[in-house]
Amino acid sequence: MGIANSVLEAVRTEMGRHPGTYPCKVGVRIGEMAAIDQDALRFCFEAMILETDLESLELGIEVCPRRHRCQVCGYEFIVRDYDSRCGQCASLETTCISGDELELAYLEVEEYEPSTAGAKSTQ
Amino acid sequence: MNRVPLEQKVLSENDRIAAELRARFKEHGVLCLNLISSPGSGKTSLLERTLETLPRHDRVAVLTGDIQTENDANRLKRFHFPVKQITTGGTCHLDARMIERHLADWRLEDLDLLLIENVGNLVCPASYDLGEAAKVVVLSVTEGEDKPLKYPSIFFKSDLLVLNKIDLLPYVPFDIEAAAENARKVHPGMEIVKVSCLTGNGLHEWMMWLAERRKAHKPLVQQTAS
Repeated sequence: MGIANSVLEAVRTEMGRHPGTYPCKVGVRIGEMAAIDQDALRFCFEAMILETDLESLELGIEVCPRRHRCQVCGYEFIVRDYDSRCGQCASLETTCISGDELELAYLEVEEYEPSTAGAKSTQ
Repeated sequence: MNRVPLEQKVLSENDRIAAELRARFKEHGVLCLNLISSPGSGKTSLLERTLETLPRHDRVAVLTGDIQTENDANRLKRFHFPVKQITTGGTCHLDARMIERHLADWRLEDLDLLLIENVGNLVCPASYDLGEAAKVVVLSVTEGEDKPLKYPSIFFKSDLLVLNKIDLLPYVPFDIEAAAENARKVHPGMEIVKVSCLTGNGLHEWMMWLAERRKAHKPLVQQTAS
């Protein structure tokens, strides 16, 4: 719930920079080591936008795998089944370079239709 | 349709406060540790045994988090170190702002060690930086040895695994070597100590780890201060 709230706060802050538009979709990047359950995040997100001005906002989730770099040969690879051995030289001296992301990637905004904008200004 | 790149951390506000806390801890030479486990694994018991072992004049303080009740603070206060309860009122983790708020009337220059007991939860606390120098994860032998594989994030992010309740090993089907192996699959080279807070078995190793961390933290601070 805290994560969903932080995403929505960021959307509201960003919308202040784009007058005359409304947000359609917000994209987040989540690493597989970030301890974020996608379904739980989506559930909280949808519960929080219900009956608000952001009700039509879509949530896009991109899952990032855990990546390691070999300290011996420099090879970069995706870690599967917790096997962090280098796929090229079999060294165990590898370090994690990504996979715990919890980042806002993008926001898609749409301009109000002229008629909608007009309707709004008369309110 | 216009796509605007955001490129920022979701928890950037928490991370900002945590960075400020970390800088303050560094300035005052305070080693801050964040203890995390599922409910009932023995974080409070480990703190009780730690506080009873430390000398009375030691410059130690504890922040302990729970959703409700002051029970843990009351358990820990009898050792005469400063202890404060953080009741989150429903939130399943501590965040940096809670730490900042509860530290407000303590003088960091009077402390060397700050122990934070997080809310019992293996998931969300992993995402919230509290400005700590290290996370310590506690796992008890009445849980499953596959917990590190099921909840990899916290094992990946913690420097030390405390395997607690080893006095129960004869009575539970817990493979302690498999647990250690699973933790090291997720976090190669992870340090592990095996303890029983009930019998005191293995606590010496935990206290040694703590003493080494405190020692390693100190000269670094003195160097930067000079």
